Amino acid sequence: MGRPGDPEAPRGASVKPREEDVPADESRREFLKWAAFAGAAVVAAGSTPFALEAIRGEETQGTPERTRRWTMLIDLRRCDGCKKCEVACRKEHNVPEGQNWLKVFTLTAASGTFFLPRPCMHCENPPCVKVCPVEATFRTKDGLVLIDEGRCIGCRYCMAACPYDVRVFNWQKPNPPELPQALSPDPIHGHVEHRQGVVEKCMFCAHRLKDGRLPACVEGCPMLAIYFGDANEDFVSNGYERLRLSTVLSSQQTFRYKEEMGTEPRVYYLPVRR
Amino acid sequence: MAKIVVTSLEKTVMLPLVRPGRWYWAIVGVLAAIVALGAYAYVVQLQEGLVVTAMRDRISWGLYVSTFVFFIGISHAGTLVSAILRVTNAEWRKPITRLAEAITVFALIVGASMVIIDLGRPDRLLHIVQFGRIESPILWDFISISFYLTGSLLYLYLPLIPDLATLRDKMPSKARFRRWLYTRLAARWQGLPEQRRRLERALGAMAILIIPVAVSVHTVVSWIFGMTLRVGWHSTIFGPLFVVGAIFSGIATLIIVMAAVRKLFHLEGIIKPIHFRNLGLMLLALDVILLYFTLSEYLTASYPGETQDAAWLALLGSGEFSAMFWWMVIGGFIVPAVFVAVTKAKSVPAVVIAAILVNVGMWIERYLIVVPTMATPQTPSVIAAYWPSWVEWSILAGAVAGFGLLLLAFCRFFPVVSMWEVAEAAPTPLPEPFATEVAD
Repeated sequence: MGRPGDPEAPRGASVKPREEDVPADESRREFLKWAAFAGAAVVAAGSTPFALEAIRGEETQGTPERTRRWTMLIDLRRCDGCKKCEVACRKEHNVPEGQNWLKVFTLTAASGTFFLPRPCMHCENPPCVKVCPVEATFRTKDGLVLIDEGRCIGCRYCMAACPYDVRVFNWQKPNPPELPQALSPDPIHGHVEHRQGVVEKCMFCAHRLKDGRLPACVEGCPMLAIYFGDANEDFVSNGYERLRLSTVLSSQQTFRYKEEMGTEPRVYYLPVRR
Repeated sequence: MAKIVVTSLEKTVMLPLVRPGRWYWAIVGVLAAIVALGAYAYVVQLQEGLVVTAMRDRISWGLYVSTFVFFIGISHAGTLVSAILRVTNAEWRKPITRLAEAITVFALIVGASMVIIDLGRPDRLLHIVQFGRIESPILWDFISISFYLTGSLLYLYLPLIPDLATLRDKMPSKARFRRWLYTRLAARWQGLPEQRRRLERALGAMAILIIPVAVSVHTVVSWIFGMTLRVGWHSTIFGPLFVVGAIFSGIATLIIVMAAVRKLFHLEGIIKPIHFRNLGLMLLALDVILLYFTLSEYLTASYPGETQDAAWLALLGSGEFSAMFWWMVIGGFIVPAVFVAVTKAKSVPAVVIAAILVNVGMWIERYLIVVPTMATPQTPSVIAAYWPSWVEWSILAGAVAGFGLLLLAFCRFFPVVSMWEVAEAAPTPLPEPFATEVAD
């Protein structure tokens, strides 16, 4: 597969796939439900800015009958290390200077150098969540590891515990200045402002998922190397094509970063050579 | 009013409460200045954020956390001397129990403040109480240290009661505040047989209770590190290693504080060479145990040559941290052991010098536990080099000075030697086979 599609084409405004891509009617209906639910969630979140406890128990998307299991799949063969995903992430979250929520590592193997984009792995057995003394970082039902920046005390234990070096800390005063606490306490809201003295990280663009949109890095990747989707619904999408996740996992030599550590990451990689 | 009889022991011990002397104020002045520097540094940090430290995203714990571990370790001095030696009926402990317990309390206070200083959001400290998650080792620490502090305060206070009663009765009547304070604190102590019996029982119970609490404290401190997936931390020996190291540096601190207080308040007749000798020998014993644990730890990590272990050990043995590492092993463990062994701990200066070396070595040991692990790459991330900034060094200096200042303040208000316990022990002279012939 060469350079797929036109990177400038408007895509990812919605994860709603083009009709011909939809493999089954069942999943189309599911897909349409996303947006409807998302609308309701936005309204609810807007009217109750302190509904933190509710968010902890709820899904970022999905329905009570059907819980999401957010999953990312990154095709390393397509990644050319252009770091546009980093740029998209930085823009989306106004990531402070010197920090990376998503980082493209350059690795050397016998076959030459290759690139490994590293978002937060949103582990199912997250070492960071285990050690947090105040439950400021937590895992949602649909498998997002998020941070309640209004609760974090800045002990940085989670940073020490994360084997992927994902977490970053706001060592200095943020720019632009942080909003009053009351205005953005919701860990699944996207926000451009940051708080001093708390830990932050990739949130799989939870605020976009609510609206049925793909994460910013997925949209930002001109190589269409990053797929995102729901393992329960068994598909991932890069905005153009949809893959059946179970097929990919069973037919290709996918791997997860530091799988031996038992963290059960939700990010799969398709290796450069397979 | 009956004539007040003041024994010579009481006179010697109580003199610093009334007239601490010029040197006392000079030292208080210097320490207060250093504490002020530390406080200034902390204000700068509060204003600017933790960016004024040298810590960054990959090495995100540094000098503060090391110093926290160090001070919590020192706090084991009290337990060792007042509890373990009490349980084993070592009579010679009596003149130094008070100092040991005071060290425990103040080291805990200073140690705990280091963690608060390290927080990005100290304003949210109470979240630990409000939202505490028992699954987090930090909560284990919080609970364990709270218990230990409470227990140690109680253990400092209980044996003080008879002495407070003495002070209440024998303080000059013009010292009104003092008399009021001691009357309140002495809790109507009259030295009645029933009161004595109860005090003895309470002390006996406390001695037994505080030992497991103390062991738990430094064990869970080690588990903060041990429970992570990181090289150099994820080790089963961490609990015992930390506890032994804690008692080791606790004894060293007690020796240093004993020497200082003895000189400052002219207590040569009460704190004698035998105390230095016995503690010196215990220091030697723990030194050997710690060397053994250290060897165990590093040999087990190095022999199989696993990639991460090898990278970590390379940093320690020959890399960035090698100067500190070898200083720790040679200057902190081996030289003090040789010093004590060669002099058979008969020379007070030799023991004190060994103790100072041990404490420098043990602080470095704590630093080397925290920083090199974080400096060992676990992903291809760029790791910014860490060397503490002036703010961190100033706060460290302030913490050490603050510890001294708290001790000196304690000495101004409370007798540093347990008068009633020493008086009880007095009829049978201390057996001092070596100590009597040794000049210090």
